[in-house]
Amino acid sequence: MAGRQRVFNEVLLSVEDISLSFGGVKALTNISFDIRKGEVRAIIGPNGAGKSSMLNCINGFYHPQQGSITYKGVRRAQMRPYEAAAQGIARTFQNIALFKGMSTLDNIMTGRNLRMHTGLLAQALYFGPAQREEIEHRRYVERVIDFLEIQHVRKLQVGRLPYGLQKRVELGRALAAQPELLLLDEPMAGMNLEEKQDMCRFILDVNDEFGTTICLIEHDMGVVMDISDRVVVLDYGRKIGDGVPDEIKKNQAVIDAYLGVSH
Amino acid sequence: MTTAVPRTAEHDTFPKLLVELARKRADMPAYREKEYGIWQTYTWRQVGEHVGLLAAGLIDLGFKRGDRLIVVGDNRPRLYWAMCAAQSLGGVPVPVYQDSVASELAYVVEHAGARFAIAENQEQVDKLLEIQKTVPGLERIIYDDPRGMRHYEGLLSYAEVQKRGAGILNTVPHAVGTETEKGRGSDDAIMLYTSGTTGRPKGAVLSYGNLIWAAKAGAQFDGLREGDELLSYLPMAWVGDHIFSYAQGYVCGLVVNCPESAATVMTDLREIGPTYYFAPPRVLENLITQVTIRMQDAGFIKRRLFRSFMAHARRVGSAILDGRSVGLADRLLYALGDLLVYGPLKNTLGMSRVRIAYTAGEAVGPEIFNFYRALGVNMKQLYGQTEASVFVTIHPNGEVFSDTVGKPVNQVELKIADSGEVLYRSPGVFKEYFKNPQATNDTKTADGWVHTGDAGYLDDRGHLRIIDRANDVGRLKNGTLFAPKFIENKLKFFPHINEAVAFGHGRDFVSAFVNIDMTAVGDWAERRNIAYASYQELASMPAVHKLIASEIDSVNRDLLADPKMAGAQIRRFLVLQKALDADDGELTRTNKVRRGFIGERYKPLVDALYDGSKTAHIKVDVTFEDGRKGTIEGDVSIHDVAPQSASMAALKMAS
Repeated sequence: MAGRQRVFNEVLLSVEDISLSFGGVKALTNISFDIRKGEVRAIIGPNGAGKSSMLNCINGFYHPQQGSITYKGVRRAQMRPYEAAAQGIARTFQNIALFKGMSTLDNIMTGRNLRMHTGLLAQALYFGPAQREEIEHRRYVERVIDFLEIQHVRKLQVGRLPYGLQKRVELGRALAAQPELLLLDEPMAGMNLEEKQDMCRFILDVNDEFGTTICLIEHDMGVVMDISDRVVVLDYGRKIGDGVPDEIKKNQAVIDAYLGVSH
Repeated sequence: MTTAVPRTAEHDTFPKLLVELARKRADMPAYREKEYGIWQTYTWRQVGEHVGLLAAGLIDLGFKRGDRLIVVGDNRPRLYWAMCAAQSLGGVPVPVYQDSVASELAYVVEHAGARFAIAENQEQVDKLLEIQKTVPGLERIIYDDPRGMRHYEGLLSYAEVQKRGAGILNTVPHAVGTETEKGRGSDDAIMLYTSGTTGRPKGAVLSYGNLIWAAKAGAQFDGLREGDELLSYLPMAWVGDHIFSYAQGYVCGLVVNCPESAATVMTDLREIGPTYYFAPPRVLENLITQVTIRMQDAGFIKRRLFRSFMAHARRVGSAILDGRSVGLADRLLYALGDLLVYGPLKNTLGMSRVRIAYTAGEAVGPEIFNFYRALGVNMKQLYGQTEASVFVTIHPNGEVFSDTVGKPVNQVELKIADSGEVLYRSPGVFKEYFKNPQATNDTKTADGWVHTGDAGYLDDRGHLRIIDRANDVGRLKNGTLFAPKFIENKLKFFPHINEAVAFGHGRDFVSAFVNIDMTAVGDWAERRNIAYASYQELASMPAVHKLIASEIDSVNRDLLADPKMAGAQIRRFLVLQKALDADDGELTRTNKVRRGFIGERYKPLVDALYDGSKTAHIKVDVTFEDGRKGTIEGDVSIHDVAPQSASMAALKMAS
């Protein structure tokens, strides 16, 4: 199956001429690309190409020394991760970052944190407004649980779940925040074929049914070419390709980067 | 509460019964479904409305009297209602096993000549769309869960059909009512395809009369009441679920609870606490395995408490349950045990409120069966068939024996043919196999007796005992009786053995294939620090083979005790590296082994069992869960088991 032929016009986020370095190490050099509303955008590249650094810049964890990021029409200089979250950017991590000792339900509830409005005192009293709010949030979280088909682990401790399920719970937590832009850092790493297929289906369904824009990093080329609308390719911190999957497959620079070529 | 049984004859179809229930029990719960973490309740009035709207929508789609409606999915209220909606219009629902692969489903759709199908979700819709390419007779596909269905074209959602129905009912308010009135008790009510251990599935046609008789007969036998609760978690295509959840639901006014998903059944069971419970032996066995494993992880005091109180329960529990005389001291100790062990354990298993519990489908191990009875759960065996609308025999209260399947239900006649085959006749006997008069005639005699295909006899207590499938009973070369299932069941009673296949007909001795139980053996290995990565690896470990060999030894000792079977001891065995699976055709959809097919498929292994070799090489095709094919190959080692003899047993006793 080739990539899906869909057209998107409205730019949700654009990255202009970004460079990031750690001391003398240049992680990213003059990168520009955009993410359009409603699409599935993939970032690929060999190990150490700067993919995760790129995601970290987008959600405000790293601050690039040069260039700018424009999100929903607002150009920003520096942004903290929680500000990014408040503006509708949610993410998952390459090596799962869940609260291992808490249940699936509680983990996903934390995704609603930014949307809770009652104060500490009201929450401590529980009855009244806090209870009403909790019920509202729980309703949404249950929708997410139903959507990701993790009802059977609702009340189990996350640390005891198999890896594939933990990944799904993490996706659930990100979804609970009702993000506009969802960043997925290697959502399928370490999964078996069946788990990968499930995950693909969930990602496509999230994109379809919630209308969430998705930007993902992934190593499995088959997966990337199947589910993404457009792909940007990084290598040694530079952008070497950008386009629909069919173009990327034919791009000589990309082929060289992946297969290796003598310089 | 009143007993539910007596009802007037005019309510001779389920849609008519529903009209009555929606009036009489209007605001009482009829169905519950766990969704979004909460049990959503539907009253009988709501069910009446839902069914009416859907039926009207079906009229709009051109559904006619006699049309067949394929129903495929997990147990969902809306699928049960769809069956009633089809029946309201004189249609015949055809529930299909939800895990059938597309080709199996295609056979049923084509054979039944169905124009309409209703599917639970995208997974089932995809199969039906695949089928539609080769079976153009399938015109309409309706789906329930809209998840992932946004880009499908030409399909209708359940809600859309109901909306069309509302339109119809606005102009013709009695559109469904008049059709419902036309229904008669003698009409075809349902078609259930029986898996069969041989050949293509056959569509057994049951009438309303059959089902309503069976529902009442069963309810009368065990005093089922209005408002009794059950959890519907077994496939809708299976006759048992159809009787318990559907027919008895309408006849007795039961509350049908649908679990959230197949994986949450245990939790849901605990939350609902059903009063009416059914579980195949396999499930009962798994539960005990889980309990045992968890007890092994428990602390010292808990383990001791559990062990000593369970021993006491095994001694007196069943007698107390049957109301036989038990000494005061034993009763007090049992009451204490109930407080400390049995009560909490029953609660964990979701069996605190169970009044009537059945198991059937396969022989159940006495230890497994007695475990539940000892706890105070009124577990009984039931013997039945699709062709009988389930009920043939049940254990009466106070007469429960693990080696029999009970006494005939009221109005059921039994007889044993000269060949040893069991025959029965009852008002529940099916009408026919759809489009298969040959098979109908082979199974049902002109005067209404049905061949069960099971060999058995009536014992002096008037109870029926089943030995084996009549066709499977064979003889060794030296003439010794060989009952494969009898032997397989003995093997399967060990928690470490999940499945077994015995060979021996026309051979010199008996040999067996064994499938290990991944959970139990995995746990066993873990406790011994034996590392393994896969089922295949675990199944090929010498230590595991030794474990199985010791269990085969004790089966042989058991066989020795029975003079008829003493010559049919297992002499050689092997452990299969692949779990037998219905997707590969090795088991039926109801998980019975297809011995003949397995013998063909693993011919090199069977040959090796009899030519004395120590290992054999095998390569077989497997079907993965998503329908892709692959192959498994490997070397299987074969083990000899020394037969037990009377003198050896005596020696052991002496030492």
